[in-house]
Amino acid sequence: MSRSRLLPLTGILAAVAAWQLGVSLHPSSLIPGPIAVARGIGELAVRGLLVKYVVASLFRVTWGYLTALIVAVPLGLALGLRRRAEAAINPVLQVLRPISPLAWIPIAILWFGVGDLSAIFLIFLASLLPLTVATMNAVHNIDPVHLAAALNFGIPLRARITRVLVPAILPQLIVAMRIALGVAWLVVVAAEMIAVNSGLGFLIVDARNAGNRYDLVIAGMVLIGAIGIVLDLLMRRIERLDSVRWGYAAE
Amino acid sequence: MKNVTMQRPMQHAASNIEHSTFEKFALPLLTVAVIIATWSAAVEFSGTKIFPSPIAVASAIGTLGEKSLLWRYIADSLTRVFAGYAVAIVAGIPLGFLLGWNASLARAVNPLIQMLRPISPLAWMPLAVIWFGVSNAAPIFLIFLASFFPIVVAAMNGVRNVPPMYLQAGRNFGLSTWQLMIRVVIPAVLPRIIVGLRLAFGIAWVVLVAAEMIAVDSGLGYLIIDARNAGKRYDLVVAGMLLIGVIGLLLDTGIRRVEEWISE
Amino acid sequence: MKVQFSDISMRFGAMDVLQDVTISVEEGEFLCIVGPSGCGKSTLLNIAGGFLSPVMGTVTIDGDPVTGPDRRRIFVFQERGVFPWLTVEGNIGFGLFDLPDEERQRRVAQYVHLVGLEGFEKAYPRELSGGMKQRVEVARALAVNPDVLFLDEPFGALDSITRLQMRSELLRIWRAARKTVLFVTHDIDESVQLADRVVVMSARPGRIRRVVEIDIAHPRDLSSRRYIELRDLIFGEIGLAHQV
Repeated sequence: MSRSRLLPLTGILAAVAAWQLGVSLHPSSLIPGPIAVARGIGELAVRGLLVKYVVASLFRVTWGYLTALIVAVPLGLALGLRRRAEAAINPVLQVLRPISPLAWIPIAILWFGVGDLSAIFLIFLASLLPLTVATMNAVHNIDPVHLAAALNFGIPLRARITRVLVPAILPQLIVAMRIALGVAWLVVVAAEMIAVNSGLGFLIVDARNAGNRYDLVIAGMVLIGAIGIVLDLLMRRIERLDSVRWGYAAE
Repeated sequence: MKNVTMQRPMQHAASNIEHSTFEKFALPLLTVAVIIATWSAAVEFSGTKIFPSPIAVASAIGTLGEKSLLWRYIADSLTRVFAGYAVAIVAGIPLGFLLGWNASLARAVNPLIQMLRPISPLAWMPLAVIWFGVSNAAPIFLIFLASFFPIVVAAMNGVRNVPPMYLQAGRNFGLSTWQLMIRVVIPAVLPRIIVGLRLAFGIAWVVLVAAEMIAVDSGLGYLIIDARNAGKRYDLVVAGMLLIGVIGLLLDTGIRRVEEWISE
Repeated sequence: MKVQFSDISMRFGAMDVLQDVTISVEEGEFLCIVGPSGCGKSTLLNIAGGFLSPVMGTVTIDGDPVTGPDRRRIFVFQERGVFPWLTVEGNIGFGLFDLPDEERQRRVAQYVHLVGLEGFEKAYPRELSGGMKQRVEVARALAVNPDVLFLDEPFGALDSITRLQMRSELLRIWRAARKTVLFVTHDIDESVQLADRVVVMSARPGRIRRVVEIDIAHPRDLSSRRYIELRDLIFGEIGLAHQV
């Protein structure tokens, strides 16, 4: 029992120990040790920047991501159901998809200026295409028997969408949502490093540029990692709901 | 014949064939035409001096193509992305296998991986600059980080999810652990790993562009940021974006081809 | 005359699947369609269900031509047709969307009882056995009170013991509800155990070889001379020597 509890910690503890050891062996290095980083996080908390930057980053991710979800799911459903719409639009999506959302930064700044809106726009772009394509593919993967049954019972279109189509694509959609949220989190940090003056990404760039405060740089990285884990765990929670568990291979 | 049940209601089989060629080529072209027309009209009516029209972008692509600079940038970007990606594959797949095979080791190491994974690779930039200076090695390191974790996780999950029946069958025929790995586990997980590799490449491509925007002075990402900073040449910006899209699409198609070829 | 197939022909691409199929089904009759795989029996059922339209010929139900799926005639697929995201209750109540809540609950309970799934109302399909899922699907179909049921090899995925049980249950339900049933199977024994009449089809293109009346009263004795006679007649008609 105690062994199985401790095992997951050993990897992290070993990494922290190695980090401390490396820093002790190279005292002249710019890289701070774990204790300095912990102190750095404390300093951020005291100065009120911790909450401010975390909130700023989460605010941008939330709005960009939710807007993308609201647009992507109906669009993906329409493309999945209408073969002609898919034939017309899918090739365009495929060309847009590999354009790194960050390549839009100059245009985002041109349209929305330096600020929240630019970052939200970039996150929207980063989540929109993967979510749309995933929804479309999920519609294609619906068991035709289920569509036939829905048609057979003659239920109205609205109910067909809410009671058959959406629940049928949900398991796949949730996985895509988890992956897209990961990408959105990556993009917000990058966007904040270039296009805005607050948030965790800005913290990292700013701490480095204004006086080589590498303790704060790594403090920012730790915070980014911790929040990323929490977001991922929340999405995995959703995957365990009874009404979607059928969609995943038995564990 | 069971599939018959699955047909869409009241559809005549013949009508599918008549439309398909038309739909495959004409419809996408129509969409592109509509997009370009809307874009043109928007530039025209808003009277913007900054945002380029489609024609300006087309001629910008022409100008770029004439300069040897473009080819150097493309070569630089590709070198970086492939170097980082290759190191990630070489390091990530064996580690993923090890973790998938040995449950205790996975329990010890996996939390560390899960903690490092969500750290945006770009957040490592300041450290990369300390360790590698402003050189090619810094972006390569970031691309390595970006693709390493997805590859490890894909390989690990792949090995874990090999149906126990396969392993039993392999043992039944008297295979050693090593033979079991090569003859059963690797073929069984290959399709999953390939999918992981493709996803990892997508992320690597995103990170490459960002890294080049911040850390170096060549490559496609640099092309974009430089075109903006040096004289608001938005025609070059959009041209650069289109290039990134087309090259990314070509690479993605290449990986899909490999995927199909292997899973056959 | 409940269901009338008149001169049905069907083609997929260049392949002729059905040729000039004419069958009349009486109200309340249990009709089985048997034949080797590829004889188009599933296709025929899909045409009657309104999921496919034939190249030639018409199907009428109560004299009206079939133009699409209709909730007065429900198709039962193998147990795959159960919605995995709904509970047993949710599945059985699926077609009752236009009833008030109270009435719907009453009907769901009635059909849960009919197929013997009490205690599993809140269970999800992944927690049920194949036979139980099949019962859910039959209950879901019956709950909307259709006048025709189409069953397409409904017990094909079940083990042989469960299949036998499901057959007698289906007969019990059929006797209680008196629906017209069209039942497609490739299992000759199954057809002789269940049907009033068996339509025997030939392979590609599917045509009717023979219609066999099963003149044995229910419950049927599976070792009676008449049962074996009729079974062997159909075996012979399909071209199988009844020996292993």
